[in-house]
Amino acid sequence: MGIFIALLQVYSNRFIAAVAFAWEWFFRGVPALVLLFLFFFGTAQFGLELDAFTAAVLALGFRSSGYQSQIFRGAIQSIPEGQMLAARSIGLSRWQAIFHVVLPQALRLAIPAWSNEFSSVIKDTTLAYAIGVNEVLRHARYIMVRHYDLAMLAYITVALIFLGLTYGGNWLLGLLERRVAIPGFQMKGVRGRSVIAR
Amino acid sequence: MVSRSEAILIVEDLHKRYGREEVLRGISFEVRRGETKVIIGPSGTGKSTLLRCINRLTPPDSGRVWLDGVEVTHPKTDINKIRAQIGFVFQDFNLFTHLTALDNVRLGLLKVKRLDKKRATEIALRELARVGLADKARAYPAELSGGQQQRVSIARALAMNPKVILFDEPTSALDPELIGEVLEVMIKLAREGMTMVVVSHEMGFARSVADEIIFMEKGVIVEQGPPEQLFVAPKHPRTAEFLRKITELYGEAG
Repeated sequence: MGIFIALLQVYSNRFIAAVAFAWEWFFRGVPALVLLFLFFFGTAQFGLELDAFTAAVLALGFRSSGYQSQIFRGAIQSIPEGQMLAARSIGLSRWQAIFHVVLPQALRLAIPAWSNEFSSVIKDTTLAYAIGVNEVLRHARYIMVRHYDLAMLAYITVALIFLGLTYGGNWLLGLLERRVAIPGFQMKGVRGRSVIAR
Repeated sequence: MVSRSEAILIVEDLHKRYGREEVLRGISFEVRRGETKVIIGPSGTGKSTLLRCINRLTPPDSGRVWLDGVEVTHPKTDINKIRAQIGFVFQDFNLFTHLTALDNVRLGLLKVKRLDKKRATEIALRELARVGLADKARAYPAELSGGQQQRVSIARALAMNPKVILFDEPTSALDPELIGEVLEVMIKLAREGMTMVVVSHEMGFARSVADEIIFMEKGVIVEQGPPEQLFVAPKHPRTAEFLRKITELYGEAG
């Protein structure tokens, strides 16, 4: 969805782009907790009964789409204009050029920043606690209420779960980054060794 | 008109303005099938803009362009179809950096001409061989020298079997020792009868290959004619002055 919004921001007409920018502005500007309350309690007041889980998914998903659109817009705009010109010059349509030429390059550049956003979103799910979603933190609390002496253990377990999730996710993305790497395209030298350190 | 029937590319009274500056002020010329036209002139006189207006990478403000009887500038013309018939070679190559040489040449065949993969690969390999890079099909642009990249981009244009190829200063971004290999390919194409419009400062190329040279300055064509006329007996004093300067700069044309 972030990619979609970024595409609208960069390539659509001024009106649609303005809507996409407004979307991004709203969901990046409002605190996550406020968004959760808006989507859960706010919508309920107008008769739109979202269950807590749906409200949380929408609020956090839309919020992340705002952040991701920034990541992808930056990546798309970093692809030189000449790539688009060359693509159009052989007769590709605008959308063909975007999908076959611009995006394959932009998405590769976006992976590191995107893995950052992935970590944030995973951790932000704990905020859904506030509207009563049965997420990890709530389970820890159930345990703690019944056995107070397990409090430390329960929360350490929560921490470990998130460490595991973010590590696993980022490892997969790192793997992906190396799999799709193109000779001379990525902006890094020999893996793990910077020029300065040598 | 008789000339119109044999001309494959007709440019008529093109105008283009960027803000206050009028870059093209009424450019007209014709290119016959198999002809090589070289456009020369000081930088900033609209030569690149002119090429881009021909296939509408830059939309002209007014004026018309015909390719083989079809009006390129007509609003109802399917511009993607037309562009597939006009090769374009850029100054800085603009190869698709995420694709191998083979895939660069093959992309248009697969996505624009919708050929099957086997046929597209055959054509792409044939065109790579034509520019002398059959052994580099699997290389990515970053693994190629500038001269090799430019040759791949010529192969990319050739693969579409274009009616004309537009070259926008194809050797200006190259190290001197790499210019030769690109010019060689272009000379070969010209001799094989490819229709070409070349913006270039390579006077040697212009003199030996061009059927006609167009000297452009400040958005208008100052003089056009066969190389002997412009080099030996230019009609316009500005042409003589420019050619003298450029010869001093680049050395005697070979």
